[in-house]
Amino acid sequence: MNKISGIAASAGIAIARAFILEHPDYSVQKKQVNDTQAELDKLDDALQQSSVELEAIKERTLQELGEKKAEIFESHLLILNDPEFIDPVKSLITTESINASYALNEIANQFIGMFENMKSAYLQERAADMRDVSKRILKHLLGISQVSPAEIAEETIVIAEDLTPSDTAQLNRRYVKGFTTNIGGRTSHSAIMARSLEIPAVVGTQNVLAQVTSGDLVIVDGLAGEVFINPSEEIVAEYRIKQQAYDLQIAEWKKLRDLPTLTEDNVQVELAANIGTPADVEGVLENGGEAVGLYRTEFLYMGRDKLPSENVQYNAYKTVLEKMSGKPVVVRTLDIGGDKELPYLEMPKEMNPFLGFRAIRLCLDRQDIFRVQLRALLRASVYGNLRIMFPMIATLGEFRAAKAVLLEEKEKLTSEGIAVSENIQLGIMVEIPSTAVLADQFAKEVDFFSIGTNDLIQYTMAADRMNERVSYLYQPYNPSILRLIDMVIKAAHKQGKWVGMCGEMAGDETAIPLLIGLGLDEFSMSASSILPARSLISKLSTSDMKQLAEKALEQATAEEVVELVKATVSK
Amino acid sequence: MQKTFKIVDEDGIHARPATALVNTATKFKTTEAFAESNGKKVTLKSILGVLSLGLEMGDTLTLIAEGEEEAAVLEKLSEVMIKEGLGELHE
Repeated sequence: MNKISGIAASAGIAIARAFILEHPDYSVQKKQVNDTQAELDKLDDALQQSSVELEAIKERTLQELGEKKAEIFESHLLILNDPEFIDPVKSLITTESINASYALNEIANQFIGMFENMKSAYLQERAADMRDVSKRILKHLLGISQVSPAEIAEETIVIAEDLTPSDTAQLNRRYVKGFTTNIGGRTSHSAIMARSLEIPAVVGTQNVLAQVTSGDLVIVDGLAGEVFINPSEEIVAEYRIKQQAYDLQIAEWKKLRDLPTLTEDNVQVELAANIGTPADVEGVLENGGEAVGLYRTEFLYMGRDKLPSENVQYNAYKTVLEKMSGKPVVVRTLDIGGDKELPYLEMPKEMNPFLGFRAIRLCLDRQDIFRVQLRALLRASVYGNLRIMFPMIATLGEFRAAKAVLLEEKEKLTSEGIAVSENIQLGIMVEIPSTAVLADQFAKEVDFFSIGTNDLIQYTMAADRMNERVSYLYQPYNPSILRLIDMVIKAAHKQGKWVGMCGEMAGDETAIPLLIGLGLDEFSMSASSILPARSLISKLSTSDMKQLAEKALEQATAEEVVELVKATVSK
Repeated sequence: MQKTFKIVDEDGIHARPATALVNTATKFKTTEAFAESNGKKVTLKSILGVLSLGLEMGDTLTLIAEGEEEAAVLEKLSEVMIKEGLGELHE
């Protein structure tokens, strides 16, 4: 048996015999020709045949995968007829009296080289489209007959150097159980197509093609990114079980995707996702997220050499709000400083960065930075359901000061005639113990709280979360932490305000029963945790969880709390 | 005549919107349309040309139309720019 690792490109497990999809030899020779007109005619025929083929693939993709996935072939058709591509090929044939296939290859390689040298990763990947199109034309010019992936008619796992977008679109879900390739990444076309076709795939294995012979038994584990070649019976049995469990789970999760999050006794809570960039929204929606509970805006400021302009920020916020189409989006204002440095701000080094000049402390001092972000947010607010929250609030004075700056910017925009939403909720992160303890006072002035557990735990336990030697003090289930959470939720509910949580604890399966019991309203987590959490919550009863939480608050240690949860929930 | 846009899509100009621009420009036989950015000018009837500009967010892009229907062409192209969320008019 042989095991190879690669990149997990599309989830799921497939077990079947290998089908090697080899791309034929496309090498071309330069030949002098007497009859250039004959070469021009050959080229026209090849273009014509390619066009017919692409129309068919486009149509098929449109039917099976929808408009968005078919667009790529619309682009391929345009390349096929692109005068900037075809005219130089024709003139090369006539001026140098050479064969069409050589001329085509020459010009195509120029474009491939051009794309490969582009700055943007997206445009670099367009080289693959150019290759796909030129190979298609060459196939007709050279008279190569290739087994089309569409002709595969028995259960197989396709093994290839790489799959072009058109190869992948033609895979028949009924027979192709999975595929694995030597090259490619999670964002390559074949990987994206595999996810929409729901075919398990492992790409970027470097050498799978060399290790597999046609007919070998292969397991593709698209969850772990592993490929087994001729595995033992034990391994096959183990993976059949994994496969069944995964398929069952997917079926259950899929049912839950468009449903509200309800406990066993029909109490509704909201499951939201944490995001860092507008591109993350797709994953939120695919996983049934009901809101964005934390949009970390730091990423807009990082990886560049100067502050992002108001417009750059506005566009990012607007994109997220529009893509969420009216669902709540909680944006956290800039949480930078201390350990998260922006080199271009040239901040002095600090002895205790976590206790230092960061987040709202920095923003209230550097209002030139803060006001730009607030203006961008306010301008974007008309495109959806925006909520704004300030990080690292320690005193009511800080919240009032930040709110005053926000209102000033709103006033300015209104007087400039720029529309701003009138329904922006304004909240704070609760991550400093002083704020949790004084939550009853804060609750009178804020619209909501979002508990940031990672920092709340670090500040409560006085344990640097970057220091491994004190990592045992990171104790989310410590009764002290639960009591702080309980205080915050009770204080908020008394004033009719809602409480969310956006730390790692919100998606944790041991914490969720406790948080349901404590009355948490919104849980914000990584998108992939949402469906498992919804499934877990549907099995919990709030009245039982309330009792559980009450008992947990009376325990002495984190270990006792964990024991208690295990004993109650597994019943 | 011409119009200048600022690219606001964070992904720059992708294959899909480039396809829409080229499809629009190609519909008009009597008018030539061009795109110019960073000192490079290409025909808008070529998707490879448009992609070769390597446009990214924040870049400016000038669309130029020359011919009988230049006003109509520019109007349609602007519509695509705005509808696809690619760019905003740049004063």
